[in-house]
Amino acid sequence: MTVFDVEKIRQDFPILKEKIRGKDLVYLDNAATCQKPQAVIDSIVQVYSHDYANVHRGVHTLSVRSTDKFEAARTKVKAFINAASDKEIIFVKGATEAVNLVAQTYGKANIKAGDEIVITAMEHHSNIVPWQMLCEQTGAVLRVAPINLAGELIFAEFEPLLNEKTKLVAVVHMSNALGTINPVKAIIEAAHSKNIPVLLDGAQAIPHIAVDVQALDCDFYVFSGHKLYAPTGTGVLYGKQALLEAMPPYQGGGDMIRKVTFTETEYNTLPYKFEAGTPNIADVIGLGAAIDYINAIGMPAIAAYEAELLEYATAKARAIKGLRIIGEAEEKGAILSFVLDKIHPHDIGTMLDSLGIAIRAGHHCAMPVMDFYNVPATARASFALYNTRQEIDVLMNGIESLIEVFG
Amino acid sequence: MFDDLRDLYQEVIFDHNRNPRNFRVMDDADRKVEGFNPLCGDRLTLYLKMDGEVITDASFQGSGCAISTASVSLMTEIVKGKTEQEADALFKQFHEMTTGKDEHFNLEAIGKLAVLAGVREYPARVKCATLAWHTLDAALKNQQQAISTE
Repeated sequence: MTVFDVEKIRQDFPILKEKIRGKDLVYLDNAATCQKPQAVIDSIVQVYSHDYANVHRGVHTLSVRSTDKFEAARTKVKAFINAASDKEIIFVKGATEAVNLVAQTYGKANIKAGDEIVITAMEHHSNIVPWQMLCEQTGAVLRVAPINLAGELIFAEFEPLLNEKTKLVAVVHMSNALGTINPVKAIIEAAHSKNIPVLLDGAQAIPHIAVDVQALDCDFYVFSGHKLYAPTGTGVLYGKQALLEAMPPYQGGGDMIRKVTFTETEYNTLPYKFEAGTPNIADVIGLGAAIDYINAIGMPAIAAYEAELLEYATAKARAIKGLRIIGEAEEKGAILSFVLDKIHPHDIGTMLDSLGIAIRAGHHCAMPVMDFYNVPATARASFALYNTRQEIDVLMNGIESLIEVFG
Repeated sequence: MFDDLRDLYQEVIFDHNRNPRNFRVMDDADRKVEGFNPLCGDRLTLYLKMDGEVITDASFQGSGCAISTASVSLMTEIVKGKTEQEADALFKQFHEMTTGKDEHFNLEAIGKLAVLAGVREYPARVKCATLAWHTLDAALKNQQQAISTE
């Protein structure tokens, strides 16, 4: 596709034809989860209708077909983030599980009492709590790099946090509450200069930014499928092969073993060592279909289109009196968090819903960010490749009307 | 533009949101309880002045959405002069009105509070309306610790 044809893209998403309270749906809660294209829905129907059996086990035809499709999805993920090998792609149920996996395997094996883990003040709870739990278990200490009022990491205060006690840096690639895109390349270089590995939480970045894990040189990259137009219950842990090889397994069970007796167990090779039990076969195949769909449009085209939408929305939002944008980083993805004078985000959410507009109102699983801005919650409109300028107009008209109604 | 919402956001609610009644700290309160809705961040502190069994004064501080602000504002007005038992009966009626299955709830019995009946159609917002009353319930039971909707 040479020209970004949003009307054609919208035809691919059946839910966009849905009426909400009698109005056309305007879906602007993409940072929470994205809608699914017909190709992804069809891929799941196809698996269950024609190809389904358990993977990596049977010699029968369906098991082979299912395994081939499942492993083909792994190869698609590998190519999508430019990993060096399929062995570096571990399927999990989401970014949250991936962070927990790293904390409980790599973390437990390598992080001890008095060691430090560095995160930032803009993390999602899923990149805070697993580290707090690890700290509680090991006696390690969590260090938090501060942000400025624009919602940007204060790099000059981040760098001095890295010292000989620092055993891991875990940073969000793009903030779900603010939209901030972190200078991850510089973060990784700073950490690596002191031999500290870096985990990037890509849950929010993955549908918006072309990710090349080798160019970034990150040690771990985690993301969820459901924010990438893929089914829920799919997620990926990327890890450098040498790190994954050295890590103990996460859960024990079938598929992650090579040989079991009652006295000892020999673990399977990568990536299966970390995939105990029957995986989420059909949905992972759906993730592969989502990647095919995105690749057909092209990440650069998607990123450019979304940047244009954000710019348009930001300009319109700035023109609304009494609206304050929360998060105005120089480098920012397709998220517009805001508060209105004297109108609580939950009232904004309910009122916009009556117009068919779906936004998120709340703390966005980032309570420390809300505390930093001294707001209980924000309203958040987040954009995807199928959103349009007209939808942003509907949103902004809705906001202006509700300000009027509240008086 | 917001015609569908007229049942939920009645003019009385906007009025109480703009000008909350009894919105003040009560230094000589006999009962003081904090209420918190962790899902949306609504927070309030409820103060009661008692004379034996009778609530002689009620006030609050805090921040929340229009529904929760109007609910606590209306509540502080209505419980003044009520005995603990009367206030408890109102709490039960209010709870029934906002969460109950009975379609034929007697709205007249609950007076002014009936403006909040609309929340029952919005499950995501019921707790906004009931936070104030759960906080009052805790105050009536003379509980000291903060209460949470979750």
